[in-house]
Amino acid sequence: MADALDVAVLTEWLKRAAATINARQAYLSELDAAIGDGDHGANLARGFNAVIAKLGTPADPAILFKTVGMTLIGTVGGASGPLYGSFFLEMAKAVQGSAALDAAAWPRVLAAGVAGVVARGKAEPGDKTMVDALAPAVAALNAAAPLADTLAASAAAARQGAEATVPMIARKGRASYLGERSAGHPDPGATSSAMLLAALAEAAG
Amino acid sequence: MKKLINAPDKVVDEALAGMAAAHPGLITLHTEPNFIVRADAPVRGKVALVSGGGSGHEPMHGGFVGRGMLDAACPGAVFTSPTPDQVLAATKAVDGGAGVLHIVKNYTGDVLNFEMAADLAKEEGLDVGAVVIDDDVAVQDSLYTAGRRGVGGTVLAEKICGGAAEAGADLASLAALCAEVKASVRSMGLALTACTVPHIGKPNFALGEDEMEFGIGIHGEPGRKRVTLEPADRVAEMLMAPILADLPFKPGDRVLLFVNGMGGTPLIELYIVFRAAHEIARRHGLTVARSLVGNYITSLEMAGTSITLLRLTDAMIAHWDAPVLTPSLRWGA
Repeated sequence: MADALDVAVLTEWLKRAAATINARQAYLSELDAAIGDGDHGANLARGFNAVIAKLGTPADPAILFKTVGMTLIGTVGGASGPLYGSFFLEMAKAVQGSAALDAAAWPRVLAAGVAGVVARGKAEPGDKTMVDALAPAVAALNAAAPLADTLAASAAAARQGAEATVPMIARKGRASYLGERSAGHPDPGATSSAMLLAALAEAAG
Repeated sequence: MKKLINAPDKVVDEALAGMAAAHPGLITLHTEPNFIVRADAPVRGKVALVSGGGSGHEPMHGGFVGRGMLDAACPGAVFTSPTPDQVLAATKAVDGGAGVLHIVKNYTGDVLNFEMAADLAKEEGLDVGAVVIDDDVAVQDSLYTAGRRGVGGTVLAEKICGGAAEAGADLASLAALCAEVKASVRSMGLALTACTVPHIGKPNFALGEDEMEFGIGIHGEPGRKRVTLEPADRVAEMLMAPILADLPFKPGDRVLLFVNGMGGTPLIELYIVFRAAHEIARRHGLTVARSLVGNYITSLEMAGTSITLLRLTDAMIAHWDAPVLTPSLRWGA
């Protein structure tokens, strides 16, 4: 059980995230086909496989996050490329100079990543986007709790946030053109965001 | 799926290679990342115009690269936005020292990727502006959506701004002209058939023999509503009415009337639609001062049409008439 997120734990996070996204690729694309254009799983799998191929042994978390962000931006395409790219690039800026992130440091870092997603996509909670999983994940963090516990709580909040997108009517992205027809389906981006945070909790658990 | 392709994952690369081979004097293809530039890029002292978007809309945008129109186009995968590294590389390749204007269609992916590329270019010291085209009146409730989509008006903005850039307009006045075109142009489209994205392999919606999808975008997505197929004259009325009411176009306005094919509708049918749209414009008191008819912004093999109406100024007319020499649009050059 890790008490801080160092390069080794973060690398393990990305490997687990890539494995989950590859395993659930068809499911994510299926969610996207219902309210978008059906390529979210394939696009993210391409991106995370490129991340794993490119990662190597980064010197510190900032370099690791920057490599992830730039790789996702260059390989994913669509809207999720810049959004996930901004998530990791903003976390890279927030961890500048740190070798490891403990439970007290992580809330600021995750919040910076989520703020990057919000700044890029301009979505608010309730718009049926990634933000509906990411914002609760930040809110659920407890700087005073053991790292594994707070990451597990954060992942659970992200999963619940993703599930809560089912009845929502999309107000951002291509799904928004469906209007009320977008209700009744989970948002693919919120679902993949919850998968990422679950992989982090596993890597540190 | 019945297509003249070799493999779904090679469609874009092989089409780009074919384009480059067909037009060596006009354009140059860069690969890894993919982008097309005019053969004489960068043009010293001229503002460069860069556009791009998913592939599958040919000839837009690559077919509009050349003297008098775009300096570069960035093609993404079919119906998928290009990535910021493509846009950044294209922006740097065509910058002639006078700045670069990005002309972006309002689709979330296109907007985010171009914004990110512009941020990166600015960090490297380039002067970059952007205008997002959103002319699709089919999207009614733009407060609760990602906003109106960028469709046919994009072609007109690229030509008019291309003419102005060639005439020496600086970045600020070019961005202002592009914003003026954006504010003066409206479009509406309709599909008779769906289309099939090569790597998906099947159409993403089905239309009966007697149905049409009204208010479509350009990615084979469903439209505003499904209605019964009507004769061409009635179809022209259905498309023109919301366009005329939206701007609104007023008697006495001079307009450019653009009847576009979605890829699978023959020119003979587009001229029938143009004839009807032209008559509707005339009855509305408009002067159709310029026109364009053909397949310019398409959705693969989708059958259907879109109508675009632009309220013209003297400057827009001059830049529309200016010489253009690109693979798919050329006159006076």
